[in-house]
Amino acid sequence: MTEYDVINTRAPRLDAPDKATGRAKYVDDLRMPGMLFGALLQSPLPHARILNIDVSQARRLPGVKSVVTAEDASPVRYGVSPARYDENLFCKEKVRYIGDEIAAVAAVDLETAMEALSLIKVDYEELPAVFTPEEAMAEGAPVIHDDYPRNLCAEVHQEFGDVEAAFKECDLIRTDTFKNKRQDGAFLEPNGCLASYDHLGFLTLYTSTQVPHYVQRTVAMVMGLPIGKVRVVKPYVGGGFGPKAAANPMELAACLLSMKTGKPIKMNYTREQVFLYSRGRHQFTHVLTTGVKKDGTLMALKNECYLEGGAYASFGIATVYYAGSLLGGPYKLPNMKYDGFRVYTNRPACGAQRGHGGVAARAAWEQQLDVIAEELGMDPIELRLKNMMSAGDVTCNDLNMSSLGMKECIEAVRDGSGWKEKRGKMPKGKGIGMACGFFVSGAGYPIYRSETYHSTVTIKLSEDGGTAHVYTGSAEIGQGSDTTMAMIAAEALGIPLSDIAISSGDTEFGVDLGAYSSRQTLMTGHAAKEAAESVKAQVLQVLSEILHVPVEDMDVKRGLIVFKKEKPDFEQIRTQYVKEHRGWTDQPSGDELTFKEAARMAYLAKGTIVGTGKYKPGKLGGKFKGAAVGTSPAYGCSAQVVQLSVDMETGKVMVDRMTDAHDCGFAINRTSVEAQMEGSLSMGLGEAMFEEVKFDDRGHVLNANLGEYKIPTALDMPPIDAIIVESNEPNGPFGAKEVGEGAIMPTIPAILNAVYNATGVRIWELPLTPERVYMAIKKKKDEHKEK
Amino acid sequence: MKKLIHLTVNDKAYEIAVKPNRTLTDVIREDIGLTGVKKGCEVGECGTCTVLLDGKPVNSCLVLAVQADGKNVLTIEGLETEQGLHPIQKAFVEKGAVQCGFCTPGMILSAKSLLDQNPNPDEKEIRSAISGNLCRCTGYQKIVEAIASVKDQRSGS
Repeated sequence: MTEYDVINTRAPRLDAPDKATGRAKYVDDLRMPGMLFGALLQSPLPHARILNIDVSQARRLPGVKSVVTAEDASPVRYGVSPARYDENLFCKEKVRYIGDEIAAVAAVDLETAMEALSLIKVDYEELPAVFTPEEAMAEGAPVIHDDYPRNLCAEVHQEFGDVEAAFKECDLIRTDTFKNKRQDGAFLEPNGCLASYDHLGFLTLYTSTQVPHYVQRTVAMVMGLPIGKVRVVKPYVGGGFGPKAAANPMELAACLLSMKTGKPIKMNYTREQVFLYSRGRHQFTHVLTTGVKKDGTLMALKNECYLEGGAYASFGIATVYYAGSLLGGPYKLPNMKYDGFRVYTNRPACGAQRGHGGVAARAAWEQQLDVIAEELGMDPIELRLKNMMSAGDVTCNDLNMSSLGMKECIEAVRDGSGWKEKRGKMPKGKGIGMACGFFVSGAGYPIYRSETYHSTVTIKLSEDGGTAHVYTGSAEIGQGSDTTMAMIAAEALGIPLSDIAISSGDTEFGVDLGAYSSRQTLMTGHAAKEAAESVKAQVLQVLSEILHVPVEDMDVKRGLIVFKKEKPDFEQIRTQYVKEHRGWTDQPSGDELTFKEAARMAYLAKGTIVGTGKYKPGKLGGKFKGAAVGTSPAYGCSAQVVQLSVDMETGKVMVDRMTDAHDCGFAINRTSVEAQMEGSLSMGLGEAMFEEVKFDDRGHVLNANLGEYKIPTALDMPPIDAIIVESNEPNGPFGAKEVGEGAIMPTIPAILNAVYNATGVRIWELPLTPERVYMAIKKKKDEHKEK
Repeated sequence: MKKLIHLTVNDKAYEIAVKPNRTLTDVIREDIGLTGVKKGCEVGECGTCTVLLDGKPVNSCLVLAVQADGKNVLTIEGLETEQGLHPIQKAFVEKGAVQCGFCTPGMILSAKSLLDQNPNPDEKEIRSAISGNLCRCTGYQKIVEAIASVKDQRSGS
């Protein structure tokens, strides 16, 4: 086992002091002289034709500098995937949900902008609206997008092996239906931006985003500007979780208003607008049919899924694929059939949220596997272990588990939770349950078809050799990627973390696809490692020429040059460095040659030392339609045990303890890995227990606020025992792979399985409100009485 | 018509003319220029705007600036001194309790208020004291550990 100096430690995060002192700037903390304030006019109706928009009164209001509608905006359609560019910046012929953007105003202050909105007169012809997949797909239903009859945004039909033939060989076949509810990202920092178009035709957009690169491309395309004249800068971001992984209408409106007025435009979503924008987790209805042999061998899975998608596609075309593909592992499953339908409705659009299309599918299947285990008289852990894949196995849908520490994860949570002592021995109303899950470590392909690198990183040495500055377009959104990349660079270069500076999240620094699909540790990490190795090689090359020592006989470690054979006389280097830094009080001294001195020599010999790194996965998948979605260079995996109490009289569930083990390949920063596990578990618990975006029958979001869309508070979360498992992923930098999204996967089913263990009741619909749990308990009691 | 108010913010006296409908959050952020106080919801449901008003934690988005006339306000910027970070800030940094950081200022101030009144809180009391500060990133685990470690530090345990 190689000893590392920087990585695999608990180094405090580089951004933590600024965040803990109020120095950290988020987008709404930014100001520019002459800044105007923007506001959006949004549709009050779920589905209507726009007959006329009259902005004349609004334009005349003193303090209003610009009012824009579809007439002023480009007709270019955009979206997330080029296969589904179904959005216009402002609604042209019709509005498709309550919240759809119709116009934007820029004014001297927010109050004036809001008043101007109220002066915009829109004449609508209301159209019938549909709110569920059933309504939307029904014969004669109103069509939301003309290009998509029956409101089918995307449809997937895949079969691997032969499911019907396999079912004939099964001893037990079960069918269950599971339903979650729409979720909201509920990041604490609402989306916001500051757009500034200058007199040379350069547009700079500061925005709270996960994906500066994708936003840059979308802005350039919709504004009709060359990409090189668009710069996207991400300040600190107060959480993303998926909904911030695409350009939003507010950003585009701000850019347009800045181009029209020549002034910087500040715009924010209110918390209510965050709910209206949504792009959160879809509502999935899964019908799963699983067949096994009586010894527990998994034979076949049939999965039919309907996704209620809202008014635009967003990430939905990927979501509908993931809802099938992410059940291909982590168990050996030779036969799998998937039919998925993502349906448009007149509601806010759903997109990608932590774990994407895999979360609901995993919740459904892991509970069903528990039912199957019980019917076979097997311990649920036994059933999982029996069917588990090994590292190097490939799923029926062509996903390669190059590393898979699942067995270790299961054993860790089994032992860490006291499973053996507790299972079957807890009183009524107390229960313990487990589940497993896995997730991609970065999508195998960019969202737009391209040969682009997924990450590029540049590292520049300061001319005195003392500091290495890492430049990356990757997005620090709270997960800790800046510190992770700095640690990888420090380790690969051989210098202390304190000698690294990092700048990130700016499209000027290169291409990085951003923080989504749990990709940055593996992908940006590879590029950072390569850039650091390039810098090291350049410095050692110059040193080699000065000292006449072969490069392969030298290395850099802890900021010092290591001579593997005889240490040469480096007096001339030391003398020169000290002479060139006369006056400094921390001159290099001692018997070892410092990296700083060698780097200074490299600068004097060659000029500024810059190393670049780049990464894209090798060719993955491609053997069938939709094969790309689900492919990844690696997969993170995890197991979880949840212990909880249920009040049998009221149905209230209290989670008492969570034990989670996640295989992240190799932990670059141990504290950050645990922290991401803990955060994932809190989002999973919230979705299992409280979270639900509610609508009335007119398409209004009823609970568009954090008081009534309930995310866990400190009183709702139990203590979490987070255990890191390291399987050393061959495709990851230093063996590292993801944790940020994969860790959420087992949470909901572990809770559901624990509820069953506590109450004897299986619940197949989320959230686990006391009412739902109570009614299920009551139903079971009544059925029992009738027997 | 604007009203002239007097506020002490982080031990510094301010005299500001404000419209009566402006919130304390906006006056701190815009007129005084301290952006450590955050706006997560503007309706008092998330806690990111928490400041200590005469020592008590409040959602500053629910306080009209004119209501704070004559009062003492402590924001996150007022915690560190020339000697360095406040022990609570240090604990948050060292224990990994900071991820996106948006809840952090409010969270730290709620913790300070707790520890000022109850130097020896148990876990339940810690969780209760920060129950008005929502966090979507951390699951509260390392936040609770950080606050508990300050108590442990002070009591010498």
